[in-house]
Amino acid sequence: MMGASLPPILEVKGLRKQFGNHVVLASVNLVVPRGSIVSVLGRSGTGKSVLLKCLAGLLMPDDGEVRFENGLLDGFRRRCSYLFQGNALFDSLTALENVALPLQQTTRLGRREIAQAARDALRSLGLEKFANHFPAQMSGGMQKRLALARSLVTRPALVLFDEPTAGLDPPARNAVFEMIVQYRQEFDFTAVVVTHDVPEALIASDRVALLEEGRIYFEGTPAEFTALDDCIVRSFGENSVTLRASLDK
Amino acid sequence: MMRLLQAVGQNSLATVAGLGDFAMFASRAVAAAAATRQLGRRWISAVHEQGVRCVPVITIVGLFAGLVLGLQGYYVLARFGAAGTLGIFVSLTLTRELAPVLAALMIVGQAGSAIAAEIGIHRNTEQIDALITMGIDPLGYLVTPRLLAALIVFPVLTVAFTLVGLAGGYLSGSVLLGLDGGVYWSGVHSAVRIADVRECLLKAFVFGVITIAICCHSGFTTHRRTGVSGSHAVSVSTTRAVVLASIATLAADYLITCFLV
Repeated sequence: MMGASLPPILEVKGLRKQFGNHVVLASVNLVVPRGSIVSVLGRSGTGKSVLLKCLAGLLMPDDGEVRFENGLLDGFRRRCSYLFQGNALFDSLTALENVALPLQQTTRLGRREIAQAARDALRSLGLEKFANHFPAQMSGGMQKRLALARSLVTRPALVLFDEPTAGLDPPARNAVFEMIVQYRQEFDFTAVVVTHDVPEALIASDRVALLEEGRIYFEGTPAEFTALDDCIVRSFGENSVTLRASLDK
Repeated sequence: MMRLLQAVGQNSLATVAGLGDFAMFASRAVAAAAATRQLGRRWISAVHEQGVRCVPVITIVGLFAGLVLGLQGYYVLARFGAAGTLGIFVSLTLTRELAPVLAALMIVGQAGSAIAAEIGIHRNTEQIDALITMGIDPLGYLVTPRLLAALIVFPVLTVAFTLVGLAGGYLSGSVLLGLDGGVYWSGVHSAVRIADVRECLLKAFVFGVITIAICCHSGFTTHRRTGVSGSHAVSVSTTRAVVLASIATLAADYLITCFLV
């Protein structure tokens, strides 16, 4: 487990985003230590995905700032990857072509080097046999791994995961979190994971942030989260225990 | 009365804003050509999508357009004892007007609708957002190759349409109705000047850029459709693309003809 003492790779200060009169993010402050897995928890509609899209530059915040590696936002796009809830794979491209795409379009590597790097990424995620398959010919879990392979092929410093376990059954959810922990070590990236899955997030994360009413209501380690005597935090903890019990059954 | 004025005003503002947005979109797509990697490969794929797949429909429609022109032209001209000018009538009608317009409408129906639907699905399934997060310009990747392909596909298919149409006119006028083939082809040869061919190609070129840009823009802005979402938004975008591109073709045809006649 990695603590908040590590130097931050990402700092969010006073981030605000509203759509019309509806304020989704009032003022979000968040520090993501380098090399850590930070899970952002929260109920549906609290703006977790909006926060992630603001971090990725897909939405422009109304106010506040996002600092990447002490403010060096120039290389942010090249050093950050985003894993979409629906995977966002190109359905007309094969698995190999999907993984090769960011290298083809953003680097000056040769065709052979790109193909080799893409095959290596597929092999790392156990998909080398499916290189010539289209996403539609793969299962949900394989598509998730393929999307992760595409995210990791450029060796990003930061990977943003938007609900990576949405729509998956409990074993598949565990597998996704295992995958994040395992490949974090292998590929050496920092992860920000937006999720509803409290039990898995508490086990897999180094730090947890709870988004409530447009602000970070709690930020700390999973142990601090479960130990805190607070009605809102406790409601998540109780859900976690209930879910754990039902999973154990 | 006030409500009517308000509605007219709002629609006018929305139209002007839409035209501005479209102009920005098209100019950014053109500018993206300089920074897009592997543009050649994407361009070849776009030429296949717009060009090769449209060859059957262009051939069939061109043939029937020529057959009908030959048939109608022969009987109308025969009334005035001018059946011998059928080649002139068919060739000038096709070259200056029908071939560029009908070819453009056919390509819009076949390829433009597919482009709008495909880009709309890319938008719906966050593939465009994925390109942005990968540091890839979605305009350069999805739109620029298609615009560049239109520059070559529309003129080439328009010429193909004209040639097949001339053959159709010969079939109905000479083979079926008995006009001397030499008279027909000499009429074609004597009537068509280089200025007519230039007008034909200019129209094809302009229609290509405008219609494919409209189809790409319509698909790209699928998420902005009000009151609809998901697959319905894609279907609205596709219909909108075909309708707007068809209207734009006819409007541009009128304007170009005004300036060139």
